[in-house]
Amino acid sequence: MSIDMSQFHEAFFEESFEGLEIMESELLTLDVGEGDEEIINTIFRAAHSIKGGAGTFGFMNVSEFTHVMETLLDEMRDGSREVTQFAVDSLLESVDVLRTMLESARDNTEVDEDMVAARYAVLNGILKDKSSDSSAKEDAGASLVEASVDKPIAEGWQISFIPHTDLLMAGNDPVRMFRALSELGELSAKVDYSNLQPFTELAPEDLYLSWLLTLTGGVSQADIEEVFEWVEDDCDLTITPLDVSVQNEQASVAEPDTIVREPVISNESVKEEVPEISVVDNAPVTKKPAVKPKKATESASIRVGIDKVDEIINLVGELVITQSMLDQVGEDLEANAEAVSANVDSGSQKTNADILLRLSKGLAQLERNTRELQDGVMRIRMLPISFVFSRMPRLVHDLSSKLNKKIELLVSGEETELDKTVMENIGDPLVHLVRNALDHGIETPDIRLAAGKPEVGTLSLNAYHQGGNVIIEIKDDGAGINKAKVRTKAIEKGVISETDYLTDDEINHLIFAPGFSTAEVVSDVSGRGVGMDVVKTSINKLGGRVVVESEEGKGSVFTIRLPLTLAILDGQLVTVGSESYVIPLIAIIESLQIDRAQINAVAGKAEVYKLRDEYIPIIRARAVFGLEDKKTDLHESLMVIVEVDGAPVGIIVDDLQGQQQVVIKSLETNYRKVETMSGATILGDGTVALIWDVNGMVNVHKKKLNNGVIKA
Amino acid sequence: MSTSLEPVSDDVEANDNIHENQYLTFLLGDEEYGVDILRVQEIRGWDSVTTIPNAPAFIKGVINLRGTIVSILDLRERFGIESVDYNELTVVVVLRVKGEGKDRIMGVVVDAVSEVYHIAENDLKDPPDLGYAINMDYMKGMATVDNKMVSILDIDQLMSLKDIDDATESGGKAEA
Repeated sequence: MSIDMSQFHEAFFEESFEGLEIMESELLTLDVGEGDEEIINTIFRAAHSIKGGAGTFGFMNVSEFTHVMETLLDEMRDGSREVTQFAVDSLLESVDVLRTMLESARDNTEVDEDMVAARYAVLNGILKDKSSDSSAKEDAGASLVEASVDKPIAEGWQISFIPHTDLLMAGNDPVRMFRALSELGELSAKVDYSNLQPFTELAPEDLYLSWLLTLTGGVSQADIEEVFEWVEDDCDLTITPLDVSVQNEQASVAEPDTIVREPVISNESVKEEVPEISVVDNAPVTKKPAVKPKKATESASIRVGIDKVDEIINLVGELVITQSMLDQVGEDLEANAEAVSANVDSGSQKTNADILLRLSKGLAQLERNTRELQDGVMRIRMLPISFVFSRMPRLVHDLSSKLNKKIELLVSGEETELDKTVMENIGDPLVHLVRNALDHGIETPDIRLAAGKPEVGTLSLNAYHQGGNVIIEIKDDGAGINKAKVRTKAIEKGVISETDYLTDDEINHLIFAPGFSTAEVVSDVSGRGVGMDVVKTSINKLGGRVVVESEEGKGSVFTIRLPLTLAILDGQLVTVGSESYVIPLIAIIESLQIDRAQINAVAGKAEVYKLRDEYIPIIRARAVFGLEDKKTDLHESLMVIVEVDGAPVGIIVDDLQGQQQVVIKSLETNYRKVETMSGATILGDGTVALIWDVNGMVNVHKKKLNNGVIKA
Repeated sequence: MSTSLEPVSDDVEANDNIHENQYLTFLLGDEEYGVDILRVQEIRGWDSVTTIPNAPAFIKGVINLRGTIVSILDLRERFGIESVDYNELTVVVVLRVKGEGKDRIMGVVVDAVSEVYHIAENDLKDPPDLGYAINMDYMKGMATVDNKMVSILDIDQLMSLKDIDDATESGGKAEA
């Protein structure tokens, strides 16, 4: 056992979290009452893999906890237990607990034992339930927890190990297991070969033997079970203590399955009343706050569909063909050139034209191949947005019951693909917007009915591609933004002044201002006033934008526009001094030629420009870059107006060039962070152009202005 | 060559017990400097660079090295030797620099590449203390080959980000 298991931990956690997601989404689709067997099977399988993995890697608390869930699922699967809303809710909450346990295992932090114990109690309560006496139920649950945690130790054990014939097929070797057992204590084995086939019929890959093992020494049952961990589904295994005097006691704790199952089967009639009582009874338990959810760390690996890999292989194949074609062209040209220099052939002129035609064809093909290959490689990083959307049904399910609202969630466009990094960072803002729509947007059923709307509110999530962007829409048919209230609040908070005239659209966007919340009651769902501006900043950080449209009484639509990938960006090429720079197009509002009459200097230092009815600061790119600036008069200079923290800023550049898509390269890999630049790219001619970080430009400008480096 | 059988390590320190190390030397004026050859990735002719705004003067800019952005440092300016115009002999030695948790690729502009020397570990002498004028941290040692003196550079120290950062800070003010 010298293999370092920790190297597999990452894969285990990744798979387990995937399993949890499957369990969660399937639980949500599970209909109360009938219980689709296929769905329960899927949940069961996910739980089982987590249990198995956790056991292997030594996360015993996880595997034990999952075992209890599995038992419950097993009963649902074989029909001996009806699927009740309470059971489903409990399982959902158990999934949460399990997630926290896995997270603490991953981050090496302490698990909130109380929370886990409470969950055990609830689950075991359900399992054990035979009477409506709920207090007795919890006690029973608690004692079971202890039982399953402390596996008994006996003087010796008798193990009846009857493997199924296909045990060897899975790569299991009984001899090894026996060896492992003999390390635990003194082992004696009796083999039963009565099932052995006559030699002529013997299939060498099948196992016909069974064993009766006796193990003595202070060995715990858990240790023995661990040895048989991998084969428990492929054999009939009975472990009984040798010591007869303790046997009864042991049997009752050592085999929770039997205890748990029997009462349920025999008490089907009472089962239905139980849930209601339990809901009330367990309310405080469920409300217990979980250990602070850690921010999901971005995983460094990625799972790629084999089709995407195949596509790239095909594209590379084509590229190789194109390459050999061009190679041939090159050789032909070379041969021709030699012939010309040797003055041998007169007919080479014609062949040259022919070769050139092939060359241009080959180059066109190369261009297409390259572009397709770039797209293909980009797609490796793309994941369907369902990764994020799949969190929403659960959220809506939980929140709607908490808020006493009836909400239907419509999700479309889940297959829309998005860059992995963008995906990992869009989850939280999206969750926030959904919470917000549920809390502030959609009204309670009575208000809805009074307003003549259907009782059930609708929240729809939609994602689609538009140009080089991904659009995500969060639409609700709730109350919409109350403009009067927002205005009053904004004045109160000093975001705007009383005399400001704002269009409806501008008022709607006030909700993104820092420290703004109109919720009358600050609930734990939303309304702490830190939300929407955080949403906006995190989306901006991804190079995206969020806008809101809202009609009072009808509902609101939040539209998030995100770049498909962070690896490519649409840029405007500009010239400053002798260099070309790229300004991200998303930052640019407009570009214009300066009119002298509109320039003003403030305090003899900073220059401002009157753009229509707004004054915007002027930044000279040359000054920011420390280049010589001969221009005293900015008349007819080119100014690019960019948005920095929501406000327009004009940057003077020497010249505007074209717009083009550029691949972003890091400057930090081999150098350091440059304050004014967000990265670099390679232009068509092979030279490097730096990409502006307009926020950094403004910061450097301010710094230089304060130090008196720049004078206007 | 006995050393050729040794596993190639890119860490000089690890090779301390091997008798000889190879050094690539280059010229700055009349002076000859050497760097550990295992750190040299390639040698290329001087080509135009893209300047980085507000960078210290010895950072000439960045180039596209087959799709990677690599910064170029002028060793004359780094040492404060008077700079010369770049000519057809001017070369960029592309080096792998270790430090601050990751490897970086950086290029240094030198007058010309000279030789590859085998220098035994114990022929490498500590440089004398030359006072404050020259920062001895950059020097790994000195050796004499064919009656010529060669200064072996510690490139990790020479190109540490900290120095670049410090120079960037003061460089910004110097321009004022």
